[in-house]
Amino acid sequence: MSAGPLARETGKALERRARKALDAVHDPELDEPITDLGFVRSLEVHSGRRLTVHLRLPTSFCSPNFAYLMASDAKDALAALPGVEAVTVLLDDHHDSEMINRGLAADADYRGTFGAEAEESLDELRLIFRRKAHAAAMERVLTSLLRQDPARTVERLHEVVIGDLPGGTATHALLRRREALGLGVAPSDPVLVDEHGRRFPPDEVPLRLRFARSVRISMDGNAHFCRGLLRTRYPESAADQSPRAVDPTGPACVTTPLKEHVS
Amino acid sequence: MYSKDGENYFIVDAHVALWDARPENQINIHGKQFIDCFYDYHRNLSPESEKWSYEEYLYYGGERLMKDLFTDGYVDHAIFQPARLGAFYRNGFGQTEEAFALTQRHPGKLTYNHYWDPRFEQAGLDQLRRDAERFQLKGAKLYTAEWHGDSRGYKLDDPWSYRYLEAAQEMGIRNIHIHKGPTIRPLDRDAFDVADVDKVATQFPDLNFVVEHCGLPRLEDFCWIATQEPNVHAGLAVAIPFIHTRPRYFAQIIGELLYWLDENRIQFSSDYALWTPKWLVESFVDFQIPEDMRGEYPPITVAQKKKILGLNAAAMYGIEVPAEYTVAQPAGV
Repeated sequence: MSAGPLARETGKALERRARKALDAVHDPELDEPITDLGFVRSLEVHSGRRLTVHLRLPTSFCSPNFAYLMASDAKDALAALPGVEAVTVLLDDHHDSEMINRGLAADADYRGTFGAEAEESLDELRLIFRRKAHAAAMERVLTSLLRQDPARTVERLHEVVIGDLPGGTATHALLRRREALGLGVAPSDPVLVDEHGRRFPPDEVPLRLRFARSVRISMDGNAHFCRGLLRTRYPESAADQSPRAVDPTGPACVTTPLKEHVS
Repeated sequence: MYSKDGENYFIVDAHVALWDARPENQINIHGKQFIDCFYDYHRNLSPESEKWSYEEYLYYGGERLMKDLFTDGYVDHAIFQPARLGAFYRNGFGQTEEAFALTQRHPGKLTYNHYWDPRFEQAGLDQLRRDAERFQLKGAKLYTAEWHGDSRGYKLDDPWSYRYLEAAQEMGIRNIHIHKGPTIRPLDRDAFDVADVDKVATQFPDLNFVVEHCGLPRLEDFCWIATQEPNVHAGLAVAIPFIHTRPRYFAQIIGELLYWLDENRIQFSSDYALWTPKWLVESFVDFQIPEDMRGEYPPITVAQKKKILGLNAAAMYGIEVPAEYTVAQPAGV
C-alpha cells in the first residue's frame, strides 16, 4: 500500500472511514444502510491497516442470499478503502454462518460460496429489490404531495415532474433510487413511472400509486420486524440503530420509535 | 365466542400449533436456532403481560393449548397447521400424534391439517393418501423452505408438487395453507416470491390457497396475485400482533388487504403459540383505522371484523356457525 499522508493515520481515523464506507452498504430488502439497521456488530482495526468486521442479523433464519449480499458488499466496500491491507468480514449466529464466512475468507464469490444451490448470480435479485426501492421512494414523495395539498387529486399525480418536488430527504432518496436504475433525474422528467422510466396511462394512475404504496408498506413492515427482532436478539444493538429518515404517514414517525423501544 | 358492545363474534383461529422444541428433540443447532427465532418474535411483539418463559415456550402440551385457546382465548374452533422440520427435530416440530389425539378428544373444537413434501415423490404421495384417510383431511400446511437432504426448499409449481396438489384436489383436501420461508433452490431467486402460488391457483381453481402472513415479507406481490386469483386468501398470522406494538402500521396492512382482496378472503390466526389469541381478539375488536388515515383507508365495519375473526374460515372449512353470530352478507368461499 502507498505511504503518504495515510501512513500516519491513526486506528481511530481508519475506523471512522471504514464506518462511513459501511454506510453505503444497504440491506437490499429494506433499502436502508446496514449501519442504521444495527447490523454492524463490531469493527476493529489491527496494526493500523487491517480490518475485522462482525455482522449480526435479526434472526438465524434471515435469507442466506441477502445475508451473503450484505456481507460481501461490506467486504468489497472496505477493501476498496485506500490504506487498507486486509479485510475480514464475519457473519455471526446465522444458519449459514460457516458456509458464508468460509466463502468470504476465500473470496470465493457467490457460486463458490453456495455451490450447487447457486445457479448464476444474485444480480437479478438485486435488480428486483432496486425496483422495489424505487417504487417505495416514489410512493413516499407522491403521498406526501397528496397530504400537503388536499386539493390535488390522485389522478393529477400523472402530471407531476421532478421539478415539482420539494427539496428534502424524500426527494433526494427518490433521485438516488432513479439513478440506481438508470432513470432520468431532469426537472422535466415525470415522477410516477415504471421501472424503465415510462409513464403510466392516466387511467392507471390510482392503481399504480396503490401498488407502489403496498410495496412501501411491505418494506416498512419488514424494517419494523428486522429492527425489533435485532433488539430482542441483541439488546445492545438498540444504541446502534437509527430510524429511517422519512415516513409519509406523519405522526407514525414521531410516536412509533418511542413505542418500539418499550416493546 | 367473544362479545363486546352488544355484538357477538364467532372465533376461528385458523393457524395453531402444538410443537416440541425441547433440546432432547433437537437434532442439531438449527433446531435451537429455529425455536429461538420464534421466541424472539414472541417476545418482541407480545404485550409484557402475555410473555412466556423460554422453558414454557419450548413445549407447552395439549392441556395448556386447550386453556389458552378455548378457556381464555375466546376461540370456538382452531385449526392445526403443523410444520415438520424433519431436518431439525427428531420427532418433528409439530406433534402429529398429540395434536390429532387432542382433535379426537374434543370433537367440533379442533381440525387437524397435516403437511406433505413433494420431494418424497411417490412414497410421499402414497403416504398422503393414507394420511388423508386417517386424519380426514380438509386442508394442509406447506412450508416451502423446509430442508430435505441437500435441498433447502421447493416451489409449488415443481412437477412433483403438481402431482400432490392433483391428489389433494381429488381427495377433497381443498384448503392449502402456504408458508413461505427463506431458503429455496437456487438461491439466485427471492425465496419469498409468491409467483408459484399464482400459477397453482390458476391451475387448481377448486382449491383455496391461504397465504400465511398475508405474503409478508412480500405483501405487495401477494396483494397483486390475490386481485387476480379469487381462490387466494390471506392469513393474518404474524401481521396481526402489530396491532399492539404498531397500531398505525397494522392499520396500513389491514387497509391494504381490504382494498386488494375483500372482506371475505382474510382469516384471523394467532399463530399459537407464537402468540396467544386472547389479546389479539380483544385488540382486533377494539381496533379502528386512525382518523387521520381515513383518506387512504375507510373505517373497518363490525361485519368485516366478524368475517375476519371467524366466519370466513368457518365457511372455508364447513364449520357450523350458530345463527346469532352471522352477518347480513354471508361470508363465502
